[in-house]
Amino acid sequence: MKKKWLIGVLLMVLVMSVSGCKKDDQVVLNVYNWGDYIDESIFDTFEEETGIKVNYETYATNEEMYTKIKNGGSNYDIAIPSDYMIEKMIKEDMLEPLNMDSIPNFANIDDQFKDLAFDPQNKYSIPYFWGTVGIIYNTDLIEEEIDSWDALWNPKYAGMFTMVDSQRDSIMVALKKLGYSMNTKSVAELEEAKALLIEQKPLVLAYVGDNVKDMLISGEAAMAVVWSGEASTVIQEYDNFKYALPKEGSNKWFDNIVIPKGSEHVAEAHQFIDFLCRGDIGFLNADYVGYATCNTETMELLDPALMGTTYAYPDKALLENFEVFLDPGDFISEYDRVWTEIKAN
Amino acid sequence: MLKKLSSGPYWLWSFIFIVVPIMLIIAFSFSVPGEAFKFSLDNYKRFMEPVYLKVLARSVKIAVEATLICLAVGYPMAMILARMHLKYRTIAVMLLVVPMWMNFLLRTYAWMTILNKNGILNHILSFFGLPQMTFLYSEGAVLLGMVYNFLPFMVLPIYTVLTKMDNSLIEAAEDLGANRRTVFRKVTFPLSLPGVLSGVSMVFMPAVSTFVISDLLYGGQYMLVGNLIQQQFLVVNDWHFGSAISMLLMVMILITMSIMNRLGQDGVEQGGGNIW
Amino acid sequence: MVMKWIKRIYAGLIFIFLYAPIAVLVVFSFNDAKSTAKWEGFTFKWYRTLLENDYIMKSLYYTILIAVIASLLATVIGTFAAFGIHYAKQWRQKLIMNINSIPILNPDIVTGISLMTLFLWMGLERGFITMLLAHMTFCIPYVILSVLPKMKQMPADVLEAAMDLGATPWMAFKKVILPEISPGIISGALIAFTLSIDDFVISFFTAGNGVTNLSIAIYSMARRGIKPEINALSTLMFITILILLIAINKRTSNIEEL
Repeated sequence: MKKKWLIGVLLMVLVMSVSGCKKDDQVVLNVYNWGDYIDESIFDTFEEETGIKVNYETYATNEEMYTKIKNGGSNYDIAIPSDYMIEKMIKEDMLEPLNMDSIPNFANIDDQFKDLAFDPQNKYSIPYFWGTVGIIYNTDLIEEEIDSWDALWNPKYAGMFTMVDSQRDSIMVALKKLGYSMNTKSVAELEEAKALLIEQKPLVLAYVGDNVKDMLISGEAAMAVVWSGEASTVIQEYDNFKYALPKEGSNKWFDNIVIPKGSEHVAEAHQFIDFLCRGDIGFLNADYVGYATCNTETMELLDPALMGTTYAYPDKALLENFEVFLDPGDFISEYDRVWTEIKAN
Repeated sequence: MLKKLSSGPYWLWSFIFIVVPIMLIIAFSFSVPGEAFKFSLDNYKRFMEPVYLKVLARSVKIAVEATLICLAVGYPMAMILARMHLKYRTIAVMLLVVPMWMNFLLRTYAWMTILNKNGILNHILSFFGLPQMTFLYSEGAVLLGMVYNFLPFMVLPIYTVLTKMDNSLIEAAEDLGANRRTVFRKVTFPLSLPGVLSGVSMVFMPAVSTFVISDLLYGGQYMLVGNLIQQQFLVVNDWHFGSAISMLLMVMILITMSIMNRLGQDGVEQGGGNIW
Repeated sequence: MVMKWIKRIYAGLIFIFLYAPIAVLVVFSFNDAKSTAKWEGFTFKWYRTLLENDYIMKSLYYTILIAVIASLLATVIGTFAAFGIHYAKQWRQKLIMNINSIPILNPDIVTGISLMTLFLWMGLERGFITMLLAHMTFCIPYVILSVLPKMKQMPADVLEAAMDLGATPWMAFKKVILPEISPGIISGALIAFTLSIDDFVISFFTAGNGVTNLSIAIYSMARRGIKPEINALSTLMFITILILLIAINKRTSNIEEL
């Protein structure tokens, strides 16, 4: 009796699974993106306009995405890696060169975001969002104006702030405070940064990988090293927070759209990229995600109050010492060693 | 015939999906990055550096603590479940697992909402006029998280062994004048050892290599061996060193477990008289 | 009498411990803010936006589908395997039990990456099948670990006795062994289902081509903060499970009364 029931369920489930993945002639584009980093309603718009269906999947880190694409077995047509990862993927011949003739909306992209060091002449990638890394702080709990990484070494704030639980981002903070480049390949400079971070460790409340927003809002942490987009969402909801761009400089990052090699729908992928570069679509995404767009047409649609804020579209003068991450190649193992030694202590 | 046939599929299965992949990991662990395979012990030598051994020691220590607490908390629970009226038993067992069907990350964040500085627990404390306390970002919080996530894996196997345990044995012991404690020590516990061993395996083994719990509840203050392995595979992209660490971890634990198993079997065979 | 109350209080405390975070989830699914950090007022809106979210709904579908199939198949294979292992020669028993521990012991990332490489060699495209195979691989060992103690508990010669009495091996297995070990099978299946529904790392590296699950969706949105829709979804799942449990319990107790 029982067994028949079981077999029945199993059959049903199998039938469901087969019918669930049935294929027809429609072109399906596999889009691979950071979690919660696009307004998903635009997929429907895209399908209505072009008849191309979007199959959407997400990842949490550049490295996870890289490992999956590198090892084949699934064909992603669109991915959105960050600067240093794009450089690495170009080096390893993992990206499809773009044909700008099929992306007329590339003209919408602000010139200051074109032709960057990690992808000269935008041969392989088109800017999507950009931002900075800085310090967000709760003005109810921290009275002074923060403008420097020094605040994170100030004993006054012991147990009140969080660092980023990521080797390159945390080491970047120390390197910048020391006045070095965050792309340094000098072991001596790294060692100095390590000493500084070990010195800081007793003051740190936590090294946070995610969910830092909740910690700030609940008042658990008064200050945190965050990505500008996170700061932007917190500040727009709660007005007792401020975002500071440290004067020693910090990380300026870009997430660009690419087509990984192995894509079976390169032409359709171009169509999709062009669609993303449209002003109105860019607006939907920028509005939903809250990060800073690279698109001039989108910028005109946005709330003018955002312009000039530290967390969205800061004054260029404030970004003087800011750098973009480069792929360190094999030198990454030195960063890893330093980080392990900091964390093992 | 049936005896031999019945595990046949699993022999085949485990060869393809366990042995072959682990061979790959072994091959990685004995080679260095480069085009061709070249035998090397470098990865293992590298792990012998004090900084890595410290990470390993800390992971093992936390896992042992979590396992012991799970056992201490879970055993009585398993006994209570096993002696429940049949009518409520199934639902009680189900209720034990159902929380685990909610996503792990969500549950851990919920714990953070309970434990944080302005969290629910502190609100309750201040309601009773007690001083506020810091719960988060301590080893206690990590242990709580581990016990929370692994407790059902300890309770279930012990519970299944305790149900239908031969009650006549216990009664016989009681008739012979043994008090409750002696009965437990000399009869119930030794007879439940296979379940305890299963439970310990299911808690300890995953606990050694987990790290998300400590990242969240200890605020990533310390590195555990799971972090180290994850970092090698994802961040540094050095699969070779990552493989070596996990191979060492595995061999170490398998040896420990087989010693424990032997002790456990001896315990059962001798009626549990000597080792406990 | 005192003992009875101590037992009740103990079990009660354990259940409070297990359900405290679930209660938080449920309460905050009605929170009128994007974060779960602070209560900002009551709303139903996350339930509405949840239903409109295709990505979450698709992930839910695959999560349940995979968990059901993987735990059922793993339970069947695992139970037979445990039976065979129990009667196997000692060295074989030891060998397979050590192999069996590997997936439990390996950090998820190692299992995930090595399976990903294996599927690549086999020429399997990442998708539903690869994810299912991966889930079965890490579920079966737990089923075996749950069933085996029950096998050990049986009188050693019960199978022979049944067969001496004229039962075919299959009949003996079905009528004698199966009822004896059924608590182990049930808890094995429960554990398998639990592991499958909650797995992230291994799923991440074996899923692809549009197939994904809830854990992947949740972990990848974690950096930006988990959406409140996920709390709403968990609440709905939890209530559904509770209703199912009560229904099943009522049915079984009715049967007993007959």
